Amino acid sequence: MGVDLTRKGSRKLGESLIGTALFACAAFSTLVTVGVVVVLARESVAFFSEVSIVDFLTGTRWEPMFQEQHFGILPLVSGSLLVAGGAGLIALPIGILSAIFLSEYAGARLQAVLKPLLEILAGVPTVVYGYFALTFITPLLRLVFPGTDIFNAAAASIVVGLMIIPTVSSLSEDALRAVPRSLREAAYGLGATKLEVSTRVVVPAALSGIIASFILAISRAVGETMAVTIAAGNLPNLTLNPLESIQTMTAFIVQASMGDTPQGTLAYRTLFAVGMTLFLMTLGMNIVSQWVMARFREEYQ
Amino acid sequence: MTTIYDIEVGEEGPALETRDLSVFYGETMAVDHVSFRVPERSVVALIGPSGCGKSTLLRCFNRMNDLVRGARVEGAVEFHGQDLYAPTIDPVEVRRHIGMVFQKPNPFPKSIYDNVAFGPRINNFRGDEDALVEASLRRAALWDEVRDRLEESAYSLSGGQQQRLCIARTLAVTPEVLLMDEPASALDPIATQRIEELIYELKKDYTIVIVTHNMQQAARISDYTAFLYMGKLIEYGPTDSIFTNPREERTEAYVTGRFG
Ligand SMILES: Nc1ncnc2c1ncn2[C@@H]1O[C@H](COP(=O)(O)OP(=O)(O)OP(=O)(O)O)[C@@H](O)[C@H]1O
Ligand SMILES: [Mg+2]
Repeated sequence: MGVDLTRKGSRKLGESLIGTALFACAAFSTLVTVGVVVVLARESVAFFSEVSIVDFLTGTRWEPMFQEQHFGILPLVSGSLLVAGGAGLIALPIGILSAIFLSEYAGARLQAVLKPLLEILAGVPTVVYGYFALTFITPLLRLVFPGTDIFNAAAASIVVGLMIIPTVSSLSEDALRAVPRSLREAAYGLGATKLEVSTRVVVPAALSGIIASFILAISRAVGETMAVTIAAGNLPNLTLNPLESIQTMTAFIVQASMGDTPQGTLAYRTLFAVGMTLFLMTLGMNIVSQWVMARFREEYQ
Repeated sequence: MTTIYDIEVGEEGPALETRDLSVFYGETMAVDHVSFRVPERSVVALIGPSGCGKSTLLRCFNRMNDLVRGARVEGAVEFHGQDLYAPTIDPVEVRRHIGMVFQKPNPFPKSIYDNVAFGPRINNFRGDEDALVEASLRRAALWDEVRDRLEESAYSLSGGQQQRLCIARTLAVTPEVLLMDEPASALDPIATQRIEELIYELKKDYTIVIVTHNMQQAARISDYTAFLYMGKLIEYGPTDSIFTNPREERTEAYVTGRFG
């Protein structure tokens, strides 16, 4: 009695159906992305046919709605970077320290409590963060620094910082956990203390993942919209003073989209030019973080 | 049940000694009332079937078991008469005197130089670091192969070289005792032979306890052999006697390859 090794028709059909369905899903999301980029690019091209790209990238005044229009995006970019930088100052140290604590120090029970708490931080709607900044953090800031504007970059930085802590801590924690136990044992075997094992072996070995988590978190902060629109204000302002009111790229987009800018006008197209800039910035950061991860992944076998 | 030969330990007493040592992982007993003595500057081989507790026993000597959640040690482990599990003992300090080499080479993702210098650096070594690194690599019989590439990643070395690097790294802390858990089991015969030669060299200055699954290796390199079975020490004595004239039936069965 021979063994039947021939292809079964029904199985082949099923396999190919599943394959097609999966392909369709993948193709759909790719197409959506492509579509978004195409729309962004088309309107941006139209925008740059009227405004010089050099003026756009180097101008220090952003006054698209004024009689005499200025399209220098630097105030918006600086606003975004001010908020993101401040958020990074808060989130990176806290995030990496909590990651080290969770991966190297916390017992199973503490982890079971702390990790969900951190996840909740990520799950709070960003509009809530915005109001928290405006009604709680800004008053505090004004107590300490009486000249602080009602809308200011610092309050936005602080809440965006809180918001991105989970990104840093959970991605960094994954990177720390991926460091093989054998490396830790080697260090302990040489008479290293727990702190030395963590800081001199585990963190350096996980550095690529940690840096990638930093970049991803910062790119989230740059793209953050709701909280900064509420807390940081709508005043394009080329400044490094976090206590002043500023406008981020995202906040401008919100402001312009809500207004009654007629379609096809130059003012309308600024939306897309700013959107494109934002998209390229976050895309760039994501690519760098992917590259860092891939480039340094094989550090340990 | 258990045969322990008289072992000459000299005036100063043994380097290491266990008395009624038992180790538990939660409820399971991995080492069961083991008592034996390791003379200074000798090589002791721990042999026995897989899961009999060799690694667990070995890791008592530098308190590595402390790192395992749920592990518990009873009885005494002494290093020159000092109880390593006394409450006043700092396990970090213990590991600086009793070094360990693991089954799989586990160099750090750092340069060859930094691997060897790691131990001295965390121990605040104040002398000539270059000289110490070179001396350690020489002792580990690796210097000639790496002298021109000290700044390269340790992962650029072959498995056998990596293992010798790990030995050099351990030697750089200037321990008195070397614990080796199957240090050659992941290596090819030639690399294994080099490690064996190295152990032969090292025993002039170090006390070495080595776990091995390779009977010939145990016979070649060790002065004394301990045969463990299901957590119990079945027979411990001069390697010659254990291999050629074992007194316990189980030892004989194991060393002649009839089980395990
Ligand atoms: N971390 C651990 N948690 C729970 N049980 C463990 C742990 N490590 C070892 N054991 C158990 O303790 C016993 C002894 O293990 P050990 O690793 O000491 O054996 P071994 O003789 O070294 O074996 P092998 O030759 O396979 O390395 C085994 O039954 C093992 O399952
Ligand atoms: Mg073992």
